[in-house]
Amino acid sequence: MGELLLLLLSTALVNNVVLIKFLGLCPVMGVSKSMDGALGMGLATTFVITLAAGASWVLENWLLAPLGLGYLRILTFILVIAAVVQFTEMFIRKSSPGLYQSLGIYLPLITTNCAVLGVALLNVDQKFGLFRSLLYGFGSALGFTLVLLVFAGLRERVALARVPAAFAGAPIAFVTISLLALAFMGFSGLNVQEVSP
Amino acid sequence: MGILTTFKDWFGNDWGVHPDDRKRPAADAAVRVMPVPERLWLPLQQHLGAPARPVVLVGQRVKKGQLLAEAQGAVSAPVHAPTSGTVAAIAEITAPHPSGLTLPAIVVDADGADEWGERVGCADPFALAPDEIGRRVAAAGVVGLGGAAFPSSVKLAGAARAGVATLIVNGSECEPYLSCDDRLMRDAAAAIVDGIRIMRHASGAARVLVGIEDNKPEALAAMAAAAASCAEIRVCRVPARYPMGSEKQLIQALSGIEVPADSRPADVGVIVHNVGTALAVRAAIRDGQPLISRLLTVNGGCVVAPGNIEVRLGTLAADVLAFAGGLHGDGLGLARRLLGGPMMGMQIPHWRVPVVKGTSGILALAADEAAAGDADPCIRCASCVRACPVGLLPLEMSARIRNDALDAAAALGLADCIACGCCAYVCPSRIPLVQYFQHAKGELAARERARLRTDATRKLAAQRQERLAREASEKAAAAARRKAERAAQQSAAEKLVQGEPA
Amino acid sequence: MIAAVLSLTLLGALLGVVLGCADRFLRVEGNPLVDEIGALMPGSNCGQCGFPGCAGAAAAIVAGSAAPTCCPPGGKALAAAVAGRLGLAVDLSALADDGPQIAGVAEELCIGCCRCSKVCPTDAIVGAAKQIHNVLREACTGCANCVDLCPTEALLLQPVPPTLPHWVMPKPLGA
Repeated sequence: MGELLLLLLSTALVNNVVLIKFLGLCPVMGVSKSMDGALGMGLATTFVITLAAGASWVLENWLLAPLGLGYLRILTFILVIAAVVQFTEMFIRKSSPGLYQSLGIYLPLITTNCAVLGVALLNVDQKFGLFRSLLYGFGSALGFTLVLLVFAGLRERVALARVPAAFAGAPIAFVTISLLALAFMGFSGLNVQEVSP
Repeated sequence: MGILTTFKDWFGNDWGVHPDDRKRPAADAAVRVMPVPERLWLPLQQHLGAPARPVVLVGQRVKKGQLLAEAQGAVSAPVHAPTSGTVAAIAEITAPHPSGLTLPAIVVDADGADEWGERVGCADPFALAPDEIGRRVAAAGVVGLGGAAFPSSVKLAGAARAGVATLIVNGSECEPYLSCDDRLMRDAAAAIVDGIRIMRHASGAARVLVGIEDNKPEALAAMAAAAASCAEIRVCRVPARYPMGSEKQLIQALSGIEVPADSRPADVGVIVHNVGTALAVRAAIRDGQPLISRLLTVNGGCVVAPGNIEVRLGTLAADVLAFAGGLHGDGLGLARRLLGGPMMGMQIPHWRVPVVKGTSGILALAADEAAAGDADPCIRCASCVRACPVGLLPLEMSARIRNDALDAAAALGLADCIACGCCAYVCPSRIPLVQYFQHAKGELAARERARLRTDATRKLAAQRQERLAREASEKAAAAARRKAERAAQQSAAEKLVQGEPA
Repeated sequence: MIAAVLSLTLLGALLGVVLGCADRFLRVEGNPLVDEIGALMPGSNCGQCGFPGCAGAAAAIVAGSAAPTCCPPGGKALAAAVAGRLGLAVDLSALADDGPQIAGVAEELCIGCCRCSKVCPTDAIVGAAKQIHNVLREACTGCANCVDLCPTEALLLQPVPPTLPHWVMPKPLGA
């Protein structure tokens, strides 16, 4: 149990997908203007990443590895991810038109979110079981959502501040997220190996 | 923000500010009575609610106390002639309002006789039914004289309906510079107590609490002595702290009851009236005198002879100042012209503004008394958070308003802001916080009006569509009928033609 | 080779069937947002926005080809409501420039031809034939439909004069 918790912690914080691995920066910069949009994006991406991690494990272990088709990995994973994103888009459009509108182009772009494919590929390298793979995907997605929310909160505050004209808009956002990345580097001090039995 | 709210809980009892009160020496000078000026300007709206409707004609002779304009609507107040004379015009005059816009007023030229019209007094007010007192107070045009000018009869009637237990009489007068309530309590304590007893009778309250700040010991002593014989009236000393005179703050200080944000004092069984209002109610009931004059404070560094002056309503501030001895150096060092106190009063563009029912003071502040200078950026010291008597976060709200995020400011409780000015007073960066809040409130109200207007437009457009459809269908029906008639005529004619040979 | 082609084909077919089924169950008829925005609009179809009626404007706003501020009669209130619904940021100051306007009739020029009252989307113009017409201030939306039709140029748009209860304290400068 403790080990599973550590896996979650290490994927969400220590090896944060956005700020340590620098994957999925596009939606983090794009959909972090308001907390509401960030939460919606975070939840949608969490759903996709977790499902993609599970599906990729199934494909890898039941299809690609037995048939020796490792070279098709990226192709098949993208296929599955695209299908999951399409499904998510349909679902959100049906259940929450407002969120659909505010996510805009970033919703179909989850397909090309490198965090999704990245997590699926990294996951395969770890040689986990199915449950751990799902947990790995969920933890990474949790880290993604956390950064998205924290950054959206910061940007909401920065929007109220008086920023010098040269820094207004995107520059101050990049400065902010760099500082956030520095802060997240502090988590690498959490030595997960030592704590685990 | 979470952290700020936590701090707010720790220092919750530290609300308000302690400005230098500067009430003396004006408060200690004897009251002067200003003679009736030649011309009086009586705005039709001197109160909260709907403006009054004129009932006199230009050129008509009026007696002192005669009705000039009647109340219209549930919340409104009539206007009476402050002296006898002739109605010279119904014209526009600069409103006692920071906008500098005008509003319609009845202009009365005094004839100098100052002759009373008919007055119906009452020797024993306690024999009158409470709602009869309310009617007479309404007819006399009495409004809250503390500054808000809410029609008193509406408050009394509401109190009787809601069954309030406590009547609080506000003698705290927390605004710096102002001392007219202080002076009234010192000079006319017995009459005020009589007025309070009449109001208690009208509102049905069981007990009366009179709150007076401890920087007015003479008024406290005078009121305590006058109320000594009335067991139900308790005169309470409250600490001098601005804004103690704000309704909800005074209620909490005196009775410990906190009025919730979205409800009125009557909802928790309390009503609040000003001491000046008590005196006006007494005059209206005992002597049948409508509200035609008031005591106001003329003060500020530029005034030659500061003090309290009894002034007829409609007198121009310029005339009052001239009577008070004018300004030092003809107003050379004048920095701000204010009606009301320095914290909540309104800045006026010039002195040709009439005294209305809610005018508690005329202040001519010199440069060293008026805060000036450009605003600096907010340093997030949170002094305003500690000072806010309502428990809001002024720095957060103003930052949002500066970025036009009015809904976000409203979500932080903008509607509960009482515009007391504590936040702007303590701000080390001199940010005009109150102006931000007033701007946002006005803008939100305008938006709400626009929304109602859009709704009305939608209804009108739908009705027009309905009308057009109805007209079209009526036209079609008429055409069909005509066609049928023509067909019938034709067939009848044909029959006739066919039948002729037979 | 065969295995690779087969497996990808199968996978694609499977996912296609799943998505096809999902489309069946999750289909959205029309765009509910357009209806929602349309319900917020004044509904007078005055045409000031340049679109055919309020429904057209709502569709254009949702599609992104029109700004939420495109409706003059709706003003800031409507722009804020629409932007809030769509999660857009709008520059409300663009609307503040000329302020609301309403039509007014010059009595000495009006000949009572009744052309204006027929086109008013809110029936704000009253008056019988050969009588001087008048505009009901409360109902006029300032759409200017009537102005061009008037043969004697008696109808003109005038800015609404500021009044005391409608006055809004200006926003502090600088700071």
